[in-house]
Amino acid sequence: MNKVQTAQEAVAQIKDGMTIGIGGWGPRRKPMALIRELLRSDVKDLTVVAYGGADVGMLCAAGKVKKVIFAFVSLDFIPLEPYFRQARQTGSIEVMEIDEGMMLLGLRAAAWNIPYIPTALGLGTDVIKHSPDLKVIDSPYDDKEWVAMPALKLDVSLVHVNRADSRGVCQITGPDHYMDDWFARAADISIVSCEELVDTEFFAQGDEARSVYWERSQTTTVVEIAGGAYPSSCSPAYGFDVAHFKEYNASAKAGGFATYADKYITGKTEEDFQQSVGGLDAIQKTPLPVY
Amino acid sequence: MSATQDTVSAKDYSLAELMIVAGAEAFRNDGEVLATGIGMIPRLAASLAMKSFNPDLMMTDSEAFVLSEPNPVSGRSSHEGQKQETWMGFSRIFDNVWSGKRHAMVGPTQIDKYGQTNISALGGTYDQPKVQMLGARGFPGNSICHANSFFVPSHNTRVFMDGECDMVCSIGYNPERLPKGYTFDDIDIRLVITDLCVMDWNGPQNMLRVVSLHPGISLDQVLENTGFEIHAEADLPTTPAPTEEQLEILRQLDPKDWRSKQIKDNPKGDRS
Repeated sequence: MNKVQTAQEAVAQIKDGMTIGIGGWGPRRKPMALIRELLRSDVKDLTVVAYGGADVGMLCAAGKVKKVIFAFVSLDFIPLEPYFRQARQTGSIEVMEIDEGMMLLGLRAAAWNIPYIPTALGLGTDVIKHSPDLKVIDSPYDDKEWVAMPALKLDVSLVHVNRADSRGVCQITGPDHYMDDWFARAADISIVSCEELVDTEFFAQGDEARSVYWERSQTTTVVEIAGGAYPSSCSPAYGFDVAHFKEYNASAKAGGFATYADKYITGKTEEDFQQSVGGLDAIQKTPLPVY
Repeated sequence: MSATQDTVSAKDYSLAELMIVAGAEAFRNDGEVLATGIGMIPRLAASLAMKSFNPDLMMTDSEAFVLSEPNPVSGRSSHEGQKQETWMGFSRIFDNVWSGKRHAMVGPTQIDKYGQTNISALGGTYDQPKVQMLGARGFPGNSICHANSFFVPSHNTRVFMDGECDMVCSIGYNPERLPKGYTFDDIDIRLVITDLCVMDWNGPQNMLRVVSLHPGISLDQVLENTGFEIHAEADLPTTPAPTEEQLEILRQLDPKDWRSKQIKDNPKGDRS
């Protein structure tokens, strides 16, 4: 089986009105090349589920988003994502705001084909008040009430990994794979971009298979894009680009997203994009963050 | 280090150092829990506690590992050589959170009289807030699962606001919102460390209560800068000054003195 496609072919699987999940966390290992490809498409009315960073901000700014399911949208060192902020403050998107752990439970419920997972998370807070979809239920086993965190079933998930083979075996070598395994499992179609496409035999060496977090039947499509997480990080290959994110952040106050998109995305190929930020070598030299 | 140095109060210390030392006290009797300090001063507070009176604490590298010794907050160029003892990626952080074996010290934008907090959005309507902030992050889950303390770098009536938080992100001691089957004993809010004082939620009916006033700060200053009624007993103690030993540990944990940049103008700890 060969699951390798171009980014354009891969993203063409995403249709108007779909629910998409995006892996990574804030400014860390986001499938940004796939997001840029999605920005170049005419898809709209998406529901986006993510531990959000510029992925969510850009999709909101480009008018692709109907609803965001989120616990935060942040660039970490720039705490407030500028375009998500704009979208919220102009009231142009619907939201379902949940706790970070509730999102994990929702993805697990979807992955396990169950309608909800009972949890204490969210009790007594406004996340329940503002999301009528979140039901509080009685337990058959005790006298407490519980939040029934609904399955967050995804039509498509987008994640970026360090290595993959053409059959969809995906390896994440950074220190954390975040919730990417659950994004892959919660989706009907999982699109994975990778830094490096390798032969299947690669994973037979040493402990390489230990950093493969889901089995290939959960991967639908593989796209090879070295540097594909940039400007977010892809540890241990490269860190997030502070200067680029600052420019992106500043564009919200001067010119708006069109200024940023015209310079970097609209009518450009990914190769054009990489050249405009100094080339793949420069991307791969972006220093790793120290926390 | 001489034995006497352990207990000798420093003469010269900053407000940031006073707040770190006061914050460390929040973790003193925690035993073996994950101590998470969000932001420089809370992180130094947890680190100081682990390096001195509670070595049983666990801390992470803020990325993906639990450490047997806290990382310095400054003066490092990589994560190489850190004392890691187990993997602790974000999904496993939630396993820890849900087990209850954690105490987080966090910095809310709003705190109301019930101990409910907000980091999500301010003003306007929920569908169109005036100011969108981070989102609820892990606050809902943290607050129902484990102990939490608050750090407030600027004690004022915008933080300690009248009424309920614009968006209630964490559960507090609000009888109207208490879930079925729960009592206030199930909610564990510990210390509040501000630039004026130390407080806890052990006043009548879990009312916010002043525990100690920072050197040179009057109770009136605290009351004027708090937007709701709080409890205070007569003859409040003064927040203890750092010891020389504690300041030495802080110099090791923060060799580049980033703590001096945390509070505007880096005021002295004693403002009398």
